Amino acid sequence: MDPKTYKFDTLSLHAGYQPSKNAGSRQVPIYQTTSYLFDDVDHAAALFNLERGGHIYSRISNPTVAVLEERVAALEGGTAALATSSGMSAIFLAIMTLCQAGDHLVVSSQIYGGTANLFRLTLPKFGIKSTFVKPRDTLGFKKAIQKNTKGIFGELVGNPGNELMNMPEIAKIAHNAGIPLIVDSTYQTPYLCKPFEHGVDIVIHSLTKWMAGHGSSMAGILVEGGNFDWMQNDKFPTMTEPYEGYHGLSFAEEFGPTAFTMKARAEGMRDFGPCLSPQNAWNVMQGIETLSVRMQKHCLNAEKMVKFLSNHESVAWVSHASLPEHPDHDLAKKLLPNGAGSMIAFGIIGGKKAGEAFINNVKLASHLANVGDTRTLVIHPASATHSQMDEATLKFAGLSQDMIRLSVGIEDIVDIKNDFEDGFRAAKKLKLLGNNEI
Amino acid sequence: MKFKVNNEEIFASTGGRPFNKNKPLIIFVHGSGLTHMCWVLQTRSFAFHGYSVLALDLPGHGLSSGKSLKSIEDMADWLSDVIDAVDFKEASLVSHSQGCLVAIECAARYPEKIKTLSLMGGAGAIPMNPELLSLAENNDPKAVDLMMDFAHGPSGHFGGHPVPGLYHMNTGSMLVQSKEIKDTLGVDFRACQNYTNGFKAAQKLSLPTLSILADQDRMCRLKDGQKLADHIKNSEVHIIKNCGHMMLLEEADQTLAILKNFIKTNYPANY
Repeated sequence: MDPKTYKFDTLSLHAGYQPSKNAGSRQVPIYQTTSYLFDDVDHAAALFNLERGGHIYSRISNPTVAVLEERVAALEGGTAALATSSGMSAIFLAIMTLCQAGDHLVVSSQIYGGTANLFRLTLPKFGIKSTFVKPRDTLGFKKAIQKNTKGIFGELVGNPGNELMNMPEIAKIAHNAGIPLIVDSTYQTPYLCKPFEHGVDIVIHSLTKWMAGHGSSMAGILVEGGNFDWMQNDKFPTMTEPYEGYHGLSFAEEFGPTAFTMKARAEGMRDFGPCLSPQNAWNVMQGIETLSVRMQKHCLNAEKMVKFLSNHESVAWVSHASLPEHPDHDLAKKLLPNGAGSMIAFGIIGGKKAGEAFINNVKLASHLANVGDTRTLVIHPASATHSQMDEATLKFAGLSQDMIRLSVGIEDIVDIKNDFEDGFRAAKKLKLLGNNEI
Repeated sequence: MKFKVNNEEIFASTGGRPFNKNKPLIIFVHGSGLTHMCWVLQTRSFAFHGYSVLALDLPGHGLSSGKSLKSIEDMADWLSDVIDAVDFKEASLVSHSQGCLVAIECAARYPEKIKTLSLMGGAGAIPMNPELLSLAENNDPKAVDLMMDFAHGPSGHFGGHPVPGLYHMNTGSMLVQSKEIKDTLGVDFRACQNYTNGFKAAQKLSLPTLSILADQDRMCRLKDGQKLADHIKNSEVHIIKNCGHMMLLEEADQTLAILKNFIKTNYPANY
């Protein structure tokens, strides 16, 4: 006897939505509205008191956005989700739901530059400080935990260096300290990895990337695993003690496995308001419908590009966890059984100038500050996404001046390779002309 | 809030309002393996509108200490002890699934204490599928997966939770797995399997009783819920369409509206 619950590909298309409750509309309707009629004053009061579910104002929740939230929660194996206007706002909302002034976080050093700046420069202004640890230094995460540490944050596969965190071991470290592990899983999507199965407590996505795929819409989401016991210690009083903002409600007591999401919505969306527009939620759902087939092609093309780059005379080094010589290859096989993703970092012979020449001369690959588009994307992180870091911080984050970050798209692989040949030819020409200084 | 019952510390949600001994008491009794949290879309409404509410975690479940009680009869006696422990003389019971067996038995044993009965997804007997029972008693998480499949109708399987952003199946699964499966779900399923007094107890009842049933309930089928209702005098029956066993969450608004109407009529609030 096996459960007849819907599987991943089915949930990608159907989770969170019932046409019979929406005038039979087969597609999810776009509820382009700010607010929702109350039946009477009792109904209004019931919604504000969290006595019943429903929508009040689209800053807090919206029916179209709610379908997206439920769909991603279903795909991740989470209990609840909260969509936001971008991945960055999802991270900010998660941290502000978890922490208050005087708290501390342990953060992987290899993360997206914008995220690094949030932890390094902006959160300290709110009294929340962070200690950075290199992603492979598993014991370092343990050593960095202080009495006031409220969580560990990282990216499973670091941006842009492709170093992996040992997620299951770091989850154990976090749980032994009575704190949650929060992972930005944008690079993986739930098709490649379900972090909750490896001990993670909160998952963040920039939905702008692979989840949507089309590069048309900004969106983010936080997803709750539902397994973290907020009441095990006194570290999270805003989760466990009566909250003045809702008549003395204790989120942990009342909502248990969905407490974090309920608090993030009731407090965070109310007070900060980083809401996702229903149009963008709908756009993202169009991408999620084809998530598994796209991710298969992304990974297939990525593996072909890894081979191509590894054997190319213009390439000094390649970093991708599918390579047997990658230090995290075995860990990747365990955590990413459906593929190691489509992000490749490589060093171009000739350093920074050669990198610039390469990027200026590829035509098919787009030079821009995004990843996870269906189109192939390239960027030189040291001069773009991570340009606000000084030399020492760049080095600590695992970046080098010759590094090019490649997000492999789903175009025909022959066309991508031909385009790269043009870029390498231009870089090589520069070298022949004697302009190869770094 | 936490309080002592038979020397064990018991947790009950009071619906987000302080527990008030001057307001009529409604006790919510959860089903197999679950906790007080399944009642969140009913309890707060009553707590904010004239009632004292206790959504219990049965012993050994959720935030309550102790070991799970092994028989429906023991749970019924314990429920009577709960009313004593909070210094009330009477209460209304709202129950779901296994909780309905407990509520019927309790009302039959302590008719002076129980003023109304509300039964959701109930039946006079809940014989267990042998494989499901064995999986639960052997701590196999597959028991939870099967339970989530059987317990949910379209809203569970496709989604559409009344609270934006929540996903029924995984939330239910986490609630059941908040303690060792064999110690909660396994013990509860065995208690259901062994209980045979449901229809006899039902025939003894003469208090106002409400049955809320669902046409796509695969745990306690509609015909079984109807059969139980037929054994109870003064029984009012409502059937929710296109809904599974977890009507208290899947169709929370409909369930609450029916429940409010019944309780306000038969057990008025004290404002």
